[in-house]
Amino acid sequence: MMRASPARIVLYVVSALVLVYLILPVLIIAPISFSSARFLTFPPPSFSLRWYQLYFANPAWMQATRVTLTVALLTVGIATPFGVAAAYAISQSKLRIMRLIHMTLLLPLVVPIIITAVGIFFVYAKVGLVATMPGLVLANVMLGLPYVVISVLAGLQSFDPAQEMVARSLGMNRLRSFFAVTLPQIKSSVVAGGIFAFISAMDETIVALFISGGQYQPLTKRMFTALRDEIDPTIAAISTLMTAGSFLLVLLATSRQGKKT
Amino acid sequence: MTTSVPDPSERHQRREHALMLALVSPALLVILMLIVLPVGWLAWQSVYHDGFTLENYRRVFTEDIYWRSFALTFEISLAVTLIALLLGYPVAYLANSLPKRWGILVLSLVVLPFWTSVLVRAYAWLALLQRTGVINQFLRYLDVISEPLALVHNTFGTVVATVHILLPFMVLPLYATMQKIPNDLMQAGASLGASPSLTFFRVFLPLSLPGVLAGCTMVFVLCLGFYITPELLGGGRTVMVSMLVSRNVELYNQFGAASAVAVVLLLSVLAIFFVVSRFISLDRVLGQK
Repeated sequence: MMRASPARIVLYVVSALVLVYLILPVLIIAPISFSSARFLTFPPPSFSLRWYQLYFANPAWMQATRVTLTVALLTVGIATPFGVAAAYAISQSKLRIMRLIHMTLLLPLVVPIIITAVGIFFVYAKVGLVATMPGLVLANVMLGLPYVVISVLAGLQSFDPAQEMVARSLGMNRLRSFFAVTLPQIKSSVVAGGIFAFISAMDETIVALFISGGQYQPLTKRMFTALRDEIDPTIAAISTLMTAGSFLLVLLATSRQGKKT
Repeated sequence: MTTSVPDPSERHQRREHALMLALVSPALLVILMLIVLPVGWLAWQSVYHDGFTLENYRRVFTEDIYWRSFALTFEISLAVTLIALLLGYPVAYLANSLPKRWGILVLSLVVLPFWTSVLVRAYAWLALLQRTGVINQFLRYLDVISEPLALVHNTFGTVVATVHILLPFMVLPLYATMQKIPNDLMQAGASLGASPSLTFFRVFLPLSLPGVLAGCTMVFVLCLGFYITPELLGGGRTVMVSMLVSRNVELYNQFGAASAVAVVLLLSVLAIFFVVSRFISLDRVLGQK
């Protein structure tokens, strides 16, 4: 059936070109980051770690890195339990309002992020949360929640609530039966949701541009400002580290999701 | 959970409802405080400044920079959507027609850049497209050009990088829809003597249209609100709506105008979702990510 007709060959060539277009920019950064040249030359003149040294030696970059990691970890720590609780309630409850609540929880995916960012900025300005750590964390919790909810709801879909009922009829209370029976079975989707919330917080830029400042600027805000002004290969070094980090996390998340089935 | 049992369970059921609402409330509170309230605030601020006023909207609809920016944003979004469809459809088709393992490989290559920060990719495109960038140097090395081409800091660079970022949002719903098209249909077409291209255009393409609609909606809507890429790669000349919002806030302190622009943008997005939802389930559009 799949003989190499001319149409088929065109399909292969076009697809290959599109894939190159998709992958090339991701691959180009690493060689730049290991090049000794100040400006981009191709091929890179010689191998060097100077951009990595510059990154690790710069207190401003280091402070921004600490902020980003702290925000991302706190975001996961808050968004995951909130999201799991919400997803559990949405899947178990027969209340009609749950459908509306479900839609509301997905709003961060629907509203263009620039609008969310400006809106949060106005609200934060009124209550004094601009350029603060709690403000940054809260905003990221909001942005990360949909990922946890979607992931956990998908996990709960294949879970039979009768099992939890059995545990309760055998004398476990609700909370214990959740932790003993339900959670172990949806663990992989909880972890996956948490990892997506973590990546979302690591990458979040636009809200941070508006509401972060002073010593509480995440890495992405500093990178954005640096990119607007000049092309500094230090950013290639940071980018390479970030990309490597998020690939590792995604591998972790998807391998866990794979285990589920 | 226990539905039909009478009296004694009624109290139980009420407690059950209360528990479920309590469980959902922390997440709901965060969403209400951090997105519903802020967006509501924007809407209020766009019509209220020492009294009710439509001045901000009058400016958005009459002043040149505003409607030109809206027109440009819709043009770019349309172009990006069409290009993403043209590039994404063959890839999704290929992934769908290959044996499962190879199809998954193609898909993971598509999703790979998905997990690279948008900033990182903006940097990569700058490195590739700028005057002294990789592509210009390569073309000069081949003697194809003598002067570097202006590939970035303009609309071209913005579109190239935006399509790159949004392409996975096109390919995934397309692939999901194509997966549901039964292979028998194509074989039936073939066995009745239709040529492969006829079966494709008469059977496969129409059946994949829901995926096309879902992908196009997602790409178009996301593109309408794009900020980082046009800001970094547009060279200041490609002023999309999102940049208009940010400039009004950061540079000119025009909060009312910024809010009005944001509200018009949001209403456009909601209108698109509403229209699309009449044809396909919204879960199909949103659930892909």
